[in-house]
Amino acid sequence: MRGSPLRVVVVGNGMVGHRFLELMEEKNLLGPCEVEVFAKEARQAYDRVSLSSYFDGFDADKLSLVGEHGYRGILFHLDDPVVFIDRAARLVRSACGIEARYDALVLATGSVPFVPPIPGANARGCHPYRTIEDLDLIRASSKGARRGVVVGGGLLGLEAAGALLALGVEAHVVEMGPRLLPLQVDEGAGAVLRRRVEGLGLSVHTSAGIEAIDQDESGAVAAVRLSGGSVIETDVVIFAAGVRPDHSLAGSCGLGIGPKGGVLVGSDCVSEDPAIFAIGECASVQGEVFGLVGPGYQMAEVVASRIEQLAAGNLSPAGTLFTNADLSTKLKLLGVEVASFGDAFGESDAALELVYADHVSAIYRKLVVSDDGQQLLGGILVGDTTGYAMLRDLASRRARLEEDPERLLLAQISTGNGVGLESLSDEAVVCSCRNVPKGAIVAAVGEGGCEDAAGVKACTGAGSGCGSCVPMVKDLVGLELAKAGKEPSKAICEHFDLSRQELFELVSVRGYRSFTEAVGGGGRGRGCDVCKPAMASILASQPGHHPLEGEAAALQDTNDHFLANIQRNGTYSIVPRIPGGEITPDGLMVIGAVAKEFGLYTKITGAQRIDMFGARAEQLPAIWAKLVAAGFESGHAYGKALRTVKSCVGDTWCRFGVQDSVALAIRLELRYRGLRSPHKVKAGVSGCARECAEARGKDFGVIATEAGWNLYLGGNGGFRPRHADLFASDLDTETLVTYLDRFLMFYIRTADKLQRTASWIESMDGGLEHLRAVICEDSLGICADLDDQMAHHVASYEDEWKAVLEDPAKLARFRSFVNAPHLGDPDIEFVHERGQIRPAPPKPPRHIAAMAAKA
Amino acid sequence: MNNATAARLDAECQDGSYYLQPYADDQGWMPVCRIGDLPPERGVAALVRGRQVAVFRLHDGTIAAVGNRDPFSGANVIARGLVGTKGEIPVVFSPMYKQAFSLLDGSCLSDPAARLDTFAVRVNGDNVEIALAG
Repeated sequence: MRGSPLRVVVVGNGMVGHRFLELMEEKNLLGPCEVEVFAKEARQAYDRVSLSSYFDGFDADKLSLVGEHGYRGILFHLDDPVVFIDRAARLVRSACGIEARYDALVLATGSVPFVPPIPGANARGCHPYRTIEDLDLIRASSKGARRGVVVGGGLLGLEAAGALLALGVEAHVVEMGPRLLPLQVDEGAGAVLRRRVEGLGLSVHTSAGIEAIDQDESGAVAAVRLSGGSVIETDVVIFAAGVRPDHSLAGSCGLGIGPKGGVLVGSDCVSEDPAIFAIGECASVQGEVFGLVGPGYQMAEVVASRIEQLAAGNLSPAGTLFTNADLSTKLKLLGVEVASFGDAFGESDAALELVYADHVSAIYRKLVVSDDGQQLLGGILVGDTTGYAMLRDLASRRARLEEDPERLLLAQISTGNGVGLESLSDEAVVCSCRNVPKGAIVAAVGEGGCEDAAGVKACTGAGSGCGSCVPMVKDLVGLELAKAGKEPSKAICEHFDLSRQELFELVSVRGYRSFTEAVGGGGRGRGCDVCKPAMASILASQPGHHPLEGEAAALQDTNDHFLANIQRNGTYSIVPRIPGGEITPDGLMVIGAVAKEFGLYTKITGAQRIDMFGARAEQLPAIWAKLVAAGFESGHAYGKALRTVKSCVGDTWCRFGVQDSVALAIRLELRYRGLRSPHKVKAGVSGCARECAEARGKDFGVIATEAGWNLYLGGNGGFRPRHADLFASDLDTETLVTYLDRFLMFYIRTADKLQRTASWIESMDGGLEHLRAVICEDSLGICADLDDQMAHHVASYEDEWKAVLEDPAKLARFRSFVNAPHLGDPDIEFVHERGQIRPAPPKPPRHIAAMAAKA
Repeated sequence: MNNATAARLDAECQDGSYYLQPYADDQGWMPVCRIGDLPPERGVAALVRGRQVAVFRLHDGTIAAVGNRDPFSGANVIARGLVGTKGEIPVVFSPMYKQAFSLLDGSCLSDPAARLDTFAVRVNGDNVEIALAG
């Protein structure tokens, strides 16, 4: 250990200088070291990467990087730059004449804006774009200004042009190079980007230098003269033509300067003088300068770890070296996403380029691959940066590509296919500003207990630089939480903090019979389109309930309220039950006659039934009166309930069939008809292994074997098709029915709202094995209950439509107008197509049409 | 529907308790139904001089009246929506695409560009009455 504290003087308090001070604090070096900071600006460190956001509210505090309590234990001199270094005496002197002795001097002086040597560049209204003070001056000059010119079409230039647009000033960008962002993107990308920003109202002048800036008599800027001879009259000029390392201090004390400027240092960030370090934009690491914050932060870490060793008395410190030369960028400029990574310009030997350019949608994607197409080297993305993190990771690891490069190029990226977040290696850098790898974020969630992006930011620093990685951090946190089983709140909606299962238990245990009772017992407000239908479904599973009975009627979504399916023009469709898809010729004729009488459109459904469309609300009872009289009943096509049990024709007719699938399908459909459930339930029975009933695409499917029935559970079609899994084999019919009774009742008791059986089983601890234990071995001791509940359902079933027709109070609901019970909605109109009706395109309401006609 | 049926239905309407072209009192109030015709937390539609009005009775007994036309589908279905709350605001959920509309001012909670017409409504004795603006 050293006897006296190590004196560390830091020159500059930009983003990298600030990061260095943070590291000194994190490493508990503020005791072993005396730290003194001199800064040119009058305010402490702020987020220069987000500088343009200052135009959104002009609140400098929002940009500040320094916490509320400021820097503790550090001597600060603001607005007082160091002007002289005495290397022999290890002493610095500030502009105000303050002298400070150092053991280690850290130069973090950043850059100075490059103002091209143009006649008239000192006119009033000409500003650089570097500090908050610059932005205040630009804002002042823009008051009442009509037009502004930005010199430079790089990242900063486009930021500045965006700022002018935000201030309501017509913006022109003048770029010397042949395209916008000449350092980051190629010609094709530049063209697409230009198209995009011109669409935003920006005028772009490329391959154009500035000859001179004209002033008026008062010395204010009047016009910009371009090299081609054209003149742009303007009120404001912003210089955003790049920056130059601020190495003036080092130069004056004889330290070496790099070929592109900057204090010459090695990869240990030590200058020719072993007591002087340089970090950030003012450093020339082995001749290279870096204008990005990410490499600067890594230099700060290199120096902090060296000073840690010096403070501990180690006079020849070793350790980490600067290696980060990742110049990948991903930015949103003027709302346009732009990314550039790796060997973006294909400068490697034998590199090949794949380009996708869509000039209509203004999307440009280029990937640079090795000549065998096996390695990704770099790329440029404009307008659509899908997959950027994954692509950058692949390029930085030079990993062997498992996907066709064309697929990567076209962003055909499926997260399940090994190219999503899951497949990112733990070393993949998520936050390139703070150099935080995926593994560190995973650990912050796992061991660190972070539960959101803000927690991860506090814990790892990820997302505290430019912020572009924050969406990815959020996704990662979600992924890791899900893996740990810590899912986000399962509250059904704002009115109940309970899941559907908890609500079901509350209602069962406390015997609630209405929404008002339940919301009084465990909720708030008067419900919504989520909790009310859920409550209706739960109440329907309680003994003896008609969905239109009493208060339950007010819980039903319109389909359950009108016991029919609403269609796009406000009419309803009607689906009578046709169990197992078996129907007599007389039944077919009844449906035909009813459809014809009421002028309905008819279609065979995918579930072996007939759907009749185009009925007005007030027509429903008359239609159902005829159907019920002919022996039909509700098909529950409108309900979260059993829909159908589809069947093939079975061994009665089919020469391949081994069991009577139709008879079983009818038996099952009649047993479970009207059973209200968390989501719709579909089923199928096939008479042999050829599976013509497509039973494995259903919530429960039964397939005949020579010895009995195989039972499959948890399939569905729809958005995410899934085949059902084999649950039990060669069952006799009675055992099959018992298993199905228990399966359905257990589902109704424990599934979440709108959770199909497939995801219910997947979400179950132990999955299908657990379900087998519950149903076949009664591992929870609830089978007797489940059997009783199903027996009750079967015994108490009644046709909902028959019940409506017998009850005048329920019938009263079926009318279009309370004050004109027999009138239909006059706005419903049909046109004819292929011999049937279809809804006419919607029109404005009648009174508006009438007013338009009058005018 | 054929002409004979239409004529019969028209006659029955004229015979009913309410009128499609009801007489307005001095202040323009027109009866559209009885309070007992309004089930709590459900709506009914009324045809008022050619305008379709959705009338709701909230849990606390308040009556609200908004336009019956859903601006998102163009169909006259608002009266058939679920009634509930979003925070403190009483709302109706369109049965077509489930947007929530405030029953205080007709505004759509998820899309400031969409709103329902609103109507003055009151209970007068046993009658629910609507006044059309202008």
